[in-house]
Parts: sequence; C-alpha cells; structure tokens
Amino acid sequence: MAEPLNLSIHFGGGAELLFDKIKKREVELPALKKYMPDCQHEKWTIRELLQWIKDNLLKERLELFMQGDSVRPGILVLINDADWELYGELDYEIQNNDTILFISTLHGG
Amino acid sequence: MPVPCRRDCGKNAVLKRPKTGDALCKECFFWAFETEIHYTITKAELFNKGDSVAIGASGGKDSTVLAYVLKTLNQRYNYGLNLLLLSIDEGITGYRDDSLETVKQNRDDYEMPLKILSYKDLYGWTMDEIVAQIGRKNNCTFCGVFRRQALDRGAAMLDVKCIATGHNADDIAETVLMNVLRGDIARLKRCTAISTGSEGTIPRVKPLKYTYEKEIVMYAHYKKLVYFSTECVFAPNAYRGHARALLKDMEKIRPSCIMDIIYSGETMSVKEQVSLPTQRICSRCKFVSSQEVCKACVLLEGLNKGLPKLGIGKSSKAKRMLEEYNSKQTQNESNKLEEAVKDLKDVSNVATDKSKGLCRNKKNTNKENDNVDNKCNKNNCCGGTCKSNAKNIDPAVSNKKLNMLLEQYGLDEQNTEDLSNTEKANGSHIEGENSDNEEPTVNGDDEDDTCSSSCGRLGSLQIGF
Ligand SMILES: [Zn+2]
Ligand SMILES: [Zn+2]
Repeated sequence: MAEPLNLSIHFGGGAELLFDKIKKREVELPALKKYMPDCQHEKWTIRELLQWIKDNLLKERLELFMQGDSVRPGILVLINDADWELYGELDYEIQNNDTILFISTLHGG
Repeated sequence: MPVPCRRDCGKNAVLKRPKTGDALCKECFFWAFETEIHYTITKAELFNKGDSVAIGASGGKDSTVLAYVLKTLNQRYNYGLNLLLLSIDEGITGYRDDSLETVKQNRDDYEMPLKILSYKDLYGWTMDEIVAQIGRKNNCTFCGVFRRQALDRGAAMLDVKCIATGHNADDIAETVLMNVLRGDIARLKRCTAISTGSEGTIPRVKPLKYTYEKEIVMYAHYKKLVYFSTECVFAPNAYRGHARALLKDMEKIRPSCIMDIIYSGETMSVKEQVSLPTQRICSRCKFVSSQEVCKACVLLEGLNKGLPKLGIGKSSKAKRMLEEYNSKQTQNESNKLEEAVKDLKDVSNVATDKSKGLCRNKKNTNKENDNVDNKCNKNNCCGGTCKSNAKNIDPAVSNKKLNMLLEQYGLDEQNTEDLSNTEKANGSHIEGENSDNEEPTVNGDDEDDTCSSSCGRLGSLQIGF
C-alpha cells in the first residue's frame, strides 16, 4: 500500500498569479487508490498531480493553466529543477519529497 | 532516471533544448545559449567596437536576459560596447510602476546606466489617462505607437548607435504568422529583419532573434535572474492571442516550427509591385515616420482635441469626427474642409469612372496594405496592374488636395486617401472591420507598434494565456 506523498509545488514566471500569488506550497497527496479509485496504477504521476491541482488549488481560469489533461503549451514543468521532457512528462512517477515547478513563459516581458 | 548531458561532460542533463532536441547540463546549456547569441551578433554584425547600445528594458524576462547576456558577451569577447538601459514608463498603475522597480534592480545588478522616459513627459498623457478617454478597446494602438517613438527619442537623447530589443524567436514567428494572417505584406517583408532602420533613424537590433522563449525562461531560472511577470491590466488583442496559442500548440508537437516559420518569413519573396514605404521625417515632431505626419502625432492630436479615436479606426470615421469637431470650432474652417473633401471626391470620382472601378477594386483587395494604396495614388494608378487611363487625370492635382488637407487637419496621407476611398465605397464595408484590432493600415512604421513588444504577450493571456 502506497504511503502518502509529500512534495513541494512551486509556481513562477507569472503562473503564481493563477494560484493566489503563492509561489511555494508544501502538499501531501493521499494514496492514489483512495483519491482516484478508478486509476489503473498505484503511483502518482504528473498526470494525476495535474488533476489534483485542478481539483484543489486552481479555482478559476483553468484554461490558462491546463489544456486537456496536460499543462497549457508554454508552461514549463521542472521536476527537481530539471526539464520534465527528460523525465517522461505526464508519465513521470512522483517520488516522495519531489519538487515540481511550473513556470509560465507566457507572461509579458 | 537521470539523463546524461549530451556533451559527455559527466553531468546530468537539466533540459531538452527545443531547437536541437539535445539534452544538456546547466553549464553546457549556458555555454550553448550564450555562444549562439554571440554567433548571431557577429554573423549579422550587429555592433561595432566602441558603440553605445541602448537595451530596451521592460523588466520582463526577455530584456532582462538580453541585458545579462550582452553584458556577459561584451566582457567575454571584448565587444567594447557601452551598454545602457532604456525604459519607457507608459504610466500604467500596477503594471509598469512595478516592472520599473525590476529595471532598477537590473541597473544595479548589471551596473548599467538607466534612462526612464515617461509618456507623461513626452506626450502629456499617461496610459491610465488615455484609457480613461478611449476605453480599453484600442489602447494597445496608443501604447505601441507611443512606445516605439519614445524609444527613438530616448535613444536620441542617449546618443546611442542602436537599440537592442528582446524580441525572441517565438515573438518573431508569431509576428510572421500575424502578418500572413492580416495580409500585411510590407511588414511581412520587414519583420524578420534582425536589424531595422534606415538613414536618419536609430536602428533596432534583435540579438535574441533565434533564441527560443523556453530557453530564455530556463536561462533566467537557472541563472536566478530577477524579472517581472504579470499581465497587462488593459484588454489585449484577441487576434494575436489566437495566433500565439496556435503557435504554442504547434511548437509542442514540433518545436522546430518556430525556426521554420522564421525561415519562411526570411525567404518568402514578395512581388515587385509591393514596395515598402519610404522612411521620412514627421513634419510635426521631426521623428522618423513613413507618413507626412507620424502616427504618434495623429493619435496625440486626437487626444488633445478630445477626439481620441482619430487615427485608430478607418478614416471615414476620422473625417466625420473632424467635421464634427470643426463645426464646433469655427464654421469657417469646417467649410473649408467640406469643400476640400468635395473637391477631392470629384477628382476621385473622375478617376474611378475612367478606370471603370478597376482601381478601386484593386485597392479594396489590398486594403490592409497602405503601400499599394500609396502606389496607386502616386504613381500610375495601381502601379500598372490596374489598366486605367491614369494619364487622363493628373495625379498631382489629387495630391495637392491631399496635401492641403493634410496640412490643415493633421491627417496623415493614408487617412486622407482612405477618406476618398471610403467615401466612394459608401464607407460601409471598410468601416467597422478594423475597429478593434491592431491597425496595420494607417501606420507603416514597424512590426511592433502594438503591445507585442511589451505588454503584448499579455495580450494572449485573455485567450491563450
Ligand atoms: Zn554538460
Ligand atoms: Zn510626429
């Protein structure tokens, strides 16, 4: 049985504006089977994390952060300070104490 | 599983480069990023030793990274440049005042002198005040036109050789796409140029032209550069927002599309008869303009006369507004305008009759393109494609009247031309089309008249984020 997961979720580059301007959050995820009984696997991936963020953190303007079941193109995702494109993107299995950072490239400069 | 750096340096990669697909570690990424910009600068010979260069600084990610990288390269490769920061304070409460704090931070961090010019000082109006006058519909036009000229003025004050702006590859691809979508051939031709400007003007250069937005943001992140990101508080342009969203979607599927679009823009050939407007000096403010009176002066005149929409919409509107304004002022003046317009109409009608409307049709298909219009009026009607007997009317007569109108009412040529045009077309279909988008028609000055250069990206926020 999977333990609850602790992780840090960070927002930057303007993405924090969609989350009450809070840049850093420490969150604890419940066992995936409890949160999503229909889920086929036991371990949290970025895909389910995004769903969790959508359910718990993002109250409005969903379309500015997400597109389909992924992030909106133009939002960068860093897993432990590395590009998620190196780690399987949505399919990355989240480990305890991971830091996931979302940076918007879409805000003005 | 960690991915090793492609350069075999022994470290783990931190990002996948969109341009090449390479997985690189931090140090190798910094090196590749900076070296490519260096290569861009030297290949295009953007600078000469000893030049003073103003960096158009908004406090955002692009100009912050540009300032940092230019400083780094200037030292590493001995460019011998004197780098300065130039910022424009549009007077947008809660937006620009915050970002200017970031620019001041840049000034201190990078030890570069900073010059801030405000719309209020230059034009007597802040953007807040302008928006209070015109509403939120066309504010990007004002903002963009004024900023462009403000940068020119600032650069002249600082006596610099050129202005470096933070336009990145994504921005330029977006502009190419926008110009295609608007049929704005003149700008399509110019918008990929890495250096723009002609004699008498201070050139703009884009050292980040081939640099992906993703890499700029990753670079700023790993270098821990402080930049300002927010959304412009004013309503943005929807059309551009769609173009941007489309591009981002495509980039996700095939990252090279950004470079491919730029390449297409660079190599697309434009038919000969589409000529570029010649640069000249605005008869009022003496700054560079493609028209007799520059767009900034037209917009400013509108504001000062309490006709803020002057110069935004189609000129039939501008004409009506001016008529109303003038009738409130001196009856005498108003009569003069009416007479002039009537005369103008007569001349135009003759022209139209003779050409059996061909000329006008041509104009209408190209209505987004002022150059064709210019040509049509100035040279043999429609630059030869129109089979009218243009010789039968003396274009000089028509031009004289146009110029008279111009002088009296501060309208630029394009406006006046359109005025006769629109009259003929009963104003119906031309009007209204352009009321709420970025206006490519009136102003031929540059590709970045609108907020795209600064708050524009925010433009896309509403739709595309
Ligand atoms: Zn390396
Ligand atoms: Zn002027």
